[in-house]
Amino acid sequence: RDEEHCSSQRRKGATPMQRRGLSAVLRTRRLARHVRACSEMRRKTEADVIAAGQGETRSMNLFTAINDALDIALGKDDEVYVFGEDVKFGGVFRCCIGLNEKYGDDRVFNTPLCEQGIIGFAIGAAAIGAKPVAEIQFADYIHPAFDQIVNEAAKYRYRSGNEFNAGGVTIRTPYGAVGHGGHYHSQSPEAFFTHAAGLKVVVPRSPAQAKGLLLSSIFEPDPVLFMEPKWLYRTSVEEVPVGDYRIPLGEAEVIRAGSDVTIVGWGAQLQILAKAADMAMEKDGISCEIIDLRTLTPWDEDTVCRSVEKTGRLVISHEAPQHGGFGAEISSTVQEKCFYHLQAPIQRICGLDTPFPLIYEKLYMPDHLKNYEAIVQSVKDSC
Amino acid sequence: VDAQTPCPVMNVVSRRLRARLVACRRAFSSETLMKLKQSQADSPVNETKAAETEEDSASKLRKSRVYTTELDMKLEKTNIPCFRIIDEEGQVVKSDYKPSLSVEKMIKIYETMSKLTVMDKIFYDAQRQGRISFFMQHMGEQAALIGSAAALDQEDVVYTQYREAGVYMWRGFDIQQMSHQCYGNVHDYGKGRQMPIHYGSRASNVHTVSSPLATQIPHAAGAAYALKLEGKPNVGIAYFGDGAASEGDFHAALNFAATLECPVIFFCRNNGWAISTPVHEQFRGDGILSRAKGYGMYGYRVDGNDMLAVYEATKEAREYAVEQKKPVLLEAMSYRRSHHSSSDDSSTYRPKDELEWWQNNNNPIDRVRMHLEARGAWDSDKEAAMRQSMKKQVVACLNEAERAPKPPIVDLFTDVYKEMPPRLKEQKAALEEHLAKYPEAYNLGKYAKE
Repeated sequence: RDEEHCSSQRRKGATPMQRRGLSAVLRTRRLARHVRACSEMRRKTEADVIAAGQGETRSMNLFTAINDALDIALGKDDEVYVFGEDVKFGGVFRCCIGLNEKYGDDRVFNTPLCEQGIIGFAIGAAAIGAKPVAEIQFADYIHPAFDQIVNEAAKYRYRSGNEFNAGGVTIRTPYGAVGHGGHYHSQSPEAFFTHAAGLKVVVPRSPAQAKGLLLSSIFEPDPVLFMEPKWLYRTSVEEVPVGDYRIPLGEAEVIRAGSDVTIVGWGAQLQILAKAADMAMEKDGISCEIIDLRTLTPWDEDTVCRSVEKTGRLVISHEAPQHGGFGAEISSTVQEKCFYHLQAPIQRICGLDTPFPLIYEKLYMPDHLKNYEAIVQSVKDSC
Repeated sequence: VDAQTPCPVMNVVSRRLRARLVACRRAFSSETLMKLKQSQADSPVNETKAAETEEDSASKLRKSRVYTTELDMKLEKTNIPCFRIIDEEGQVVKSDYKPSLSVEKMIKIYETMSKLTVMDKIFYDAQRQGRISFFMQHMGEQAALIGSAAALDQEDVVYTQYREAGVYMWRGFDIQQMSHQCYGNVHDYGKGRQMPIHYGSRASNVHTVSSPLATQIPHAAGAAYALKLEGKPNVGIAYFGDGAASEGDFHAALNFAATLECPVIFFCRNNGWAISTPVHEQFRGDGILSRAKGYGMYGYRVDGNDMLAVYEATKEAREYAVEQKKPVLLEAMSYRRSHHSSSDDSSTYRPKDELEWWQNNNNPIDRVRMHLEARGAWDSDKEAAMRQSMKKQVVACLNEAERAPKPPIVDLFTDVYKEMPPRLKEQKAALEEHLAKYPEAYNLGKYAKE
């Protein structure tokens, strides 16, 4: 295969498929194999989730899955409280609907409009054993609480020599593009927080995942920043197990097996990447292995590196600006650990290094076409 | 546009508005109202209640507004007095004072205040000699610290800023433990990770100090809320200085505590200075206490150099918070006689005579001592014996801490998370490999073996 790529570099002007010298028959065969592998992988993932739950499932979207997880956590443990701005009536994204009625004002309540207060208050409760689930209305407004999250929650255990900890804290916050959110309803600030030792950062991609990961986060002994892709609150719908089940933190998931390029993303970006991978397969017969990182700190280096050792190519994609984005961390680590397996430069397809723009959102976004180009490019660039 | 000509848009709006008004009137014609009343009478209780609450809520909001036609810009100048029991000579000035403090407890408090003073002097000198890297003293604030600590229950959860060693002392975190922390040795609960004076202990129920100012104030509110939900008869208490009260977290904490009804005491040490910044550059209102009213909470201002007053005020505040499940703000007025820290020379920004005046005329230690002596419970022999034994004790503690090894190297990596993640394990292995190669460059002998 390596020889193919090297010679293809010399034959400029041909389509990537022609350059790779694959016949139409071969292309069709590979496509069939790929589709088969994908559907097997999908079945396996769902089966795993269901086996972990109680078997019975219900169709849920992302916000109802979050709501279901909160309901289970509140029902399971008296020390779980849910609070934030406008949480009592159900939340501006409906994630907390019905919880106040069911669990009362003491455990599901509104706070004053003050992010540093919300997180500071949560840390205090957690430090004496509670499991507060605090909501920041938009990830764009988490910055007033940056000090409390980074200097306090993240360091609480370390600085006290494990005398105390803020491990009970879970911070839920909607993040990411939503089509018309402009500067302050679209941001993906995960990389600011992945730099803070002591904090875990989790991003789910679908309802079933969101529920399993949120339940793990709430009962995790470390503080967790749980970022919910608001684009998917209503649009992502799937069968979700009704019971209590947990998806472990710190483990990535290979959601589609492939052999030519590894693609890594998280949250809402996975749908974009699946579309780009489909396009690369259909147009060019390129088989992509898609990995959902799920937990950004601590991230699953093993799964990503194993995949890159197999494919030899890596594309990382996130909505946040490229400069200092979490993609840089992945890219650098993979380069350190998989240098001799890499056949092409690692590509980062990210938001631009601008504030998140309103009318230019479509141009700003790392959409499927930009990702498709990167996938093809990384095959084309191969040595 | 001619002002006399009615604006066409306005016309449309007012026509619509009129139509809506007519519709509303029709909807609430007497006949409809009768029907509504009838249906309410017939309907189940909860529905009637919901309708009533809605009406009540609307009328409540309406009634809460008071209007005026006068524009009256005003600044209410206040000077809230400090509560005191004894004067500068230790004489009881509160005529109806019924002490809730026994003489024995008063002596114990006085001894702890003295111990803090002795420790300050010796630890400060140790810093000057380069034995420990940093230190902060408590001169002038001993009464505020130990007087308040003595009024608390051990189950009350304490959050401090950094100038509160007296509170720790009262709660069993002794000078030996402080020495261990300042040396960051193997016996330090904090495993040598933080700067000196960042004490903390689960056994003493005092949460570990962190340098960022005011972050602990909302923590105390959150902890108090959790205590309330657990049904415990305890309070959270946050200590902080007048400078820290300018931080956003102070505002957050007080507003949260008031609206969420947290049994918490906010204890402000107003000592006149935040490093080099005097209070008139810190705020222009009447100190910190005047802000309590704005948050809808009670509070006291107390003479922070009067241990008896601080004790009684804290005791009452605590009882109120536990019973009412509500916050209290306490402002203890004192004077920071020491430098801000061992890294600060306060003579560069404040007049010497100011310092001397507080030392000679309004000194918390002298005031309790004079009070005790007037009661016949203390004399200069007891004083001399106490000072002598304390000095020996503090020096012995420092020496002991100095001899102990530093914590093992592995503790550089533990407790970041509950479980060490793979990446940290890798970094630990890499460091070990490096140290094996260059052991002489890192003075490895000072660390304890695992």
